[in-house]
Amino acid sequence: MSGPQNVSEPIPGTHLFDGDAAAKGFELNAMCYSFNNAANRQAFLDDEEAYCAKFHLTPEQRKAVAERSVLGMIAAGGNIYYLAKLAGIFGLNVQDVGSMQTGVSVDDFKAMLLAQGAGRTYDEAHGAMIGKEKVHG
Amino acid sequence: MAEIVGAYFTSHVPAIGGAIHKGLQQEPYWKPFFDGFHKVHEWLAQVKPDVAIVFNNDHGLNFFLDKMPTFAVGAAAEYHNADEGWGLPLYKPFAGHTELSWHIINSLVEDEFDITTCQKMLVDHALSIPFELAWPDVEAWPVKIVPFAINTVQHPLPSAKRCLALGQAVNKALQSWTGDERIVIIGTGGLSHQLDGERAGFINRDYDTFCMDNLSVDPAALTTDSIHEMVRKAGTQGVEVLNWIAARGALGQAPVQEIHRNYHIPISNTAAATMLMEPA
Repeated sequence: MSGPQNVSEPIPGTHLFDGDAAAKGFELNAMCYSFNNAANRQAFLDDEEAYCAKFHLTPEQRKAVAERSVLGMIAAGGNIYYLAKLAGIFGLNVQDVGSMQTGVSVDDFKAMLLAQGAGRTYDEAHGAMIGKEKVHG
Repeated sequence: MAEIVGAYFTSHVPAIGGAIHKGLQQEPYWKPFFDGFHKVHEWLAQVKPDVAIVFNNDHGLNFFLDKMPTFAVGAAAEYHNADEGWGLPLYKPFAGHTELSWHIINSLVEDEFDITTCQKMLVDHALSIPFELAWPDVEAWPVKIVPFAINTVQHPLPSAKRCLALGQAVNKALQSWTGDERIVIIGTGGLSHQLDGERAGFINRDYDTFCMDNLSVDPAALTTDSIHEMVRKAGTQGVEVLNWIAARGALGQAPVQEIHRNYHIPISNTAAATMLMEPA
C-alpha cells in the first residue's frame, strides 16, 4: 500500500495514519468508535477483557490498551481521533495524552505549549522540556 | 441573485466548547482567544447571512474507517450533533438547505468532482463550536447550512490544490443559484497542531503566519506543498487548514480582503486562529 507520499523524508516523531495503519488498526479503532455510546463505555469499564475480545483486538493492540500505552496503540494502528474516545473514558484530555507520548509530566507538557505562545519555537520549547525532565528525573 | 457576504474561519478545538459551557471566556487562559470574536459578532450582525456553506472535518462521529469519503456533502433537512465519547455538551441541531445542497451537488458532479452525498450526517464539534463562537446565546442558529466534510483523518488526503479547486467549483455553483440568500462561507479547524506521536505539542507560528498572510491575497501559495510537507509544517492535525483553503476557494477568484485576524498560542495543544474576509 505504499503510495507516492511514502518516498518523502520521514517526519520525526510523526506517524501518518495511512492505508497500512488503517488496515492494521481497524479492530482497535472500531472498538474506540463504539465509545461514542455511553453504554459501550460502561461495558468496557465493567469488563475490559471481554469488551476487547468482542472487537477481536490483535495481541499487540490488547497489550497496548492494557498498558495504557498511547504510542503502543499508535504503533498498532490506532488513530488519535478514535483513541481520544478511549482516553475520555479515563478522563484524560489531549494534554494528558501529549504528556504520555512525550514522557514528561502534564505540567511540563503544558509549559512547553505556553513557551511556544511566548515566542519560543517548537524545537526550543521541546528541548527545554526534555532538558528539564532529565534534571528532575 | 444570492450574495456571498464573506468568509469566517476559526479553529474548532473541543476544549473551546468546554470553556463556553463553563463560562470561562474571560479567564486569563481563554480571554485572548474569545476576545477575537467581538469583531466576528459585529460583522455577522452587519452582513446578516441566512445560509452558511461550511467546510469541516469529521472526527469519528459520523464516518468510521469502514467508509471514508474524501469529500462528503450534506443534503439533509436537519443535522444533529451526538455523543462524541468524551463528555462534550450536546450541541444544538442545524437546519439544512436541501435545495441548495442538491444544486451544489449537481454542479460539482457536472464539473467532475466525484463527491459523496449524505442525506444523513451527524456533525461534531468541528461544526458546532464555530457556530457557538459566532452566535453565542441564540435559541436556534440564524442560518441554514450546507456542510462539507473533508477527509483529514486517513491518508491519502486530498491535496491542497484539489481542496482549493473544490471550493472554487462550489463558488461557481453559487453563481448559478437563483435564490436571494445571503451566504457566508465558513472554514474550520487548525491551525498548526499535533496530537499524536512523540512530536505531540508541535506548533509552527511561522507556517501559520504564512498561511494567514496568503489566504486572502494568494491562496494558491498554500497549495504548492504536498500533504506530507504540510504535515511536516502544520502537524498531523494542522492539515485541517485544508478546510480553510477549500472555504477560501468558495469565496471565488475575484479580489478578497482580510478584515479581521486573531491568533493565539496555545488553546489546548493548538495554535488557535480566527479570520474574516470580504469581497474587496
